[in-house]
Amino acid sequence: MHPILRNERLSPNVTRLVLEAPRIAEIRQPGQFVIVHLGRGAERIPLTIADGDAGAGTISLVIQSVGKSTADLVELQPGDAIADVAGPLGRPTELPDHGHAVCVGGGVGTAVILPIAQELHRRGVEVTSIIGGRSREWVILEEELAACGTVIACTDDGSYGRPGFVTEALADVIAAGGIDEVFAVGPVPMMRAVAEMTRPAGLKTTVSLNPVMVDGTGMCGGCRVTVHGETRYACVDGPEFDGHDVDFRELSDRLSTYRPFEQAAMERRACEIGLRTKPKAGATEEAAEPAQGVPA
Amino acid sequence: MPVEPAPGDAPTVPPPLTKKERMGIDRVAMPEQDAGERATNFREVNLGLTEQLAILEAQRCLECPKPYCIDGCPVAVNIPRFIRLLRDGDLHAAAESLLDDNALPCVTGRVCPQENQCEGVCLRAKTGKSVAIGSLERYVADWAQAHLDELPVAHPTPNGKRVAIIGSGPAGLTAAGELVKKGYDVTIFEAFHAPGGVLIYGIPEFRLPKDIVGAEVDRLVEQGVKIEANAIIGKTYTLPELRERFDAMFIAVGAGLPVFMNVPGENYKGVYSANEYLTRVNLMGAWNADSDTPVLHGQRVVVVGGGNVAMDAVRTSKRLGASEATIVYRRSHDELPARAEEVHHAEQEGIRFEFLAAPLEVLGDDERWVTGIRVQRMELGEPDASGRRKPVPIEGSEFEIDADMVVVAIGTRSNPLLTATAPELEINPWGYIVTDEHGMTSMPGVFAGGDIVRGAATVILAMGDGKRSAASIDAWLRGDWPPAPAEPVATVAGRAAARATAAAGSAAG
Repeated sequence: MHPILRNERLSPNVTRLVLEAPRIAEIRQPGQFVIVHLGRGAERIPLTIADGDAGAGTISLVIQSVGKSTADLVELQPGDAIADVAGPLGRPTELPDHGHAVCVGGGVGTAVILPIAQELHRRGVEVTSIIGGRSREWVILEEELAACGTVIACTDDGSYGRPGFVTEALADVIAAGGIDEVFAVGPVPMMRAVAEMTRPAGLKTTVSLNPVMVDGTGMCGGCRVTVHGETRYACVDGPEFDGHDVDFRELSDRLSTYRPFEQAAMERRACEIGLRTKPKAGATEEAAEPAQGVPA
Repeated sequence: MPVEPAPGDAPTVPPPLTKKERMGIDRVAMPEQDAGERATNFREVNLGLTEQLAILEAQRCLECPKPYCIDGCPVAVNIPRFIRLLRDGDLHAAAESLLDDNALPCVTGRVCPQENQCEGVCLRAKTGKSVAIGSLERYVADWAQAHLDELPVAHPTPNGKRVAIIGSGPAGLTAAGELVKKGYDVTIFEAFHAPGGVLIYGIPEFRLPKDIVGAEVDRLVEQGVKIEANAIIGKTYTLPELRERFDAMFIAVGAGLPVFMNVPGENYKGVYSANEYLTRVNLMGAWNADSDTPVLHGQRVVVVGGGNVAMDAVRTSKRLGASEATIVYRRSHDELPARAEEVHHAEQEGIRFEFLAAPLEVLGDDERWVTGIRVQRMELGEPDASGRRKPVPIEGSEFEIDADMVVVAIGTRSNPLLTATAPELEINPWGYIVTDEHGMTSMPGVFAGGDIVRGAATVILAMGDGKRSAASIDAWLRGDWPPAPAEPVATVAGRAAARATAAAGSAAG
């Protein structure tokens, strides 16, 4: 069992959980994830390790509530525990030792960028982070990223930082020159847009893919993606790949496989909650995917 | 589950019979759920023998002075002994005898291909039907499970030595059972959240109820075996790291990586590996509507392959509501690697078989949902390395089968996750671990067995490796090395044959 130590709301539907996982905290590297399972009847879902404290034996997971399982997770409070946390899984990010890297985070993808930016900063790489949200309250982890270098925060409605999408800010940063590498994590359309933007200049672009996973150890192939024309398993060969080689259309398609099931599970959950307590205000509204600061 | 006698009933022990009288008894048939009904539920197909039927069948055993059946059993169960005790109505003693030889009798009584093992060499098979050893084993094992509190749990004196077992499938559980009996401090590391390996994620509920696997595992834990779940060796710990903490190790991680067909359209929505499909349904409980893990309920399902895994997948799809469930296999009925009983059960449940057909392409619609599969007709040519006739494509014979779901069950291979972190561990070109005749790898004190050595094979062969490797580990740690010459764990030829079988689509069971 992995006790929850802290639950902190970062944006209207993004929550940071800090939990005990000493072994994972000790050996985790940027780019790696865990599979969590809340117990009998629950799903196994992959979540990136956003941060950790080896001394305290804790890791933090940043979770966007988009369906039943994530809704169950973000409700956990100190005193609760997660039955199973398996990891660290996936290949660590391949990081440069010098130069200037741009880390682009869309929505909850910002949490995946954080450990990469932290390690780049530790290695002495110059880091510019571009993060975005629909409006001011959706911009997350700005303070943590500011500790690693420059941060450009963007909002769709212009209520905070630079108005517009993260891709527009990235275009300006690239135009200004001196960029060696780009790390981009967010919704599929955003990663695709970033990859298309950096392709003409041949600017190395690493993306972190988020396909459906079950075991996370390579034994089912549910997370298969096509990279450079070949089938790869995101859980063991990734989750990070060269953004210029990824078949994003296929990834988008495959991510829609269980959409009707996810809606049904949410409705079932809303019913169960209705039986226990009064529904929380805005509960269903929050389940809808927010804009991620990218062109659709 | 066994039929329990009413409380107070005396066991119906028959008087001793002459050999001639024993020869006159017909083999009992295992009662089973009606095919029409069972194809709509996940309850066990085979219902088990009644006490009366079990004792009647036990009398068919001729108690051969040189029992071939023991040699035919990969874990060398003393078959005539437990059958005799059963026949005499001493179920206590029969259960103790069986549990002493076999760590997972409830499992083996259900999933062993007995026709190729103990029952295949039973003397009575020469002139008629073999003794129904599997059914009798299952009866005694289920009795033991229901009367566990009456059976003694041995707690041997700890010998102070620690053994790590990687993987909690049939090989790992068997080795754990053997070693804990000898006083070793045994810890099993399991990547999933629940132990059992293929017994829990692969073989469906209707062949092997998960409560039964859970109870067998609980019995090992009761004896002192520790299980650390969610521990992925190669990620959570490396192999060399564990080697530091333990006096010996047994690697039994199986061959769990799915093989795909490598044809266009394979990544369309609605195409599963059998591993993914069965893991969702079995381990994650997606057959039950209350589970949070979704699984597609195909209406027209095509399963590619002819092994036990293919049969499990296609029968599962029928139970999840498929109106048409079809096996597509590139050879003919006679070459199916699946157990005859499973094929028979599938046929009874209305599964269609499209023999001599090999997939060329998965077809899809604009949204990239599967709409069908294009296949090519095959004919059988000369025998190949595995001894089976090789399928040869017939030009111009392509045709399409409509489907909204495709399950690929053409085999599995080794997972490099663990071996990647142990460069000193010798593996062969296919990624399987190389061992000597005692099951020891190129790392001293590190042993390996089951599918990670053999390639995809059967539960009982994995258990045989687990039992033999446990004996080797015991000899190694007692300093009695090398031990007396043993049967090779798996010969090179054996591995080649196993690979060929795997490629044709066989594995679990």
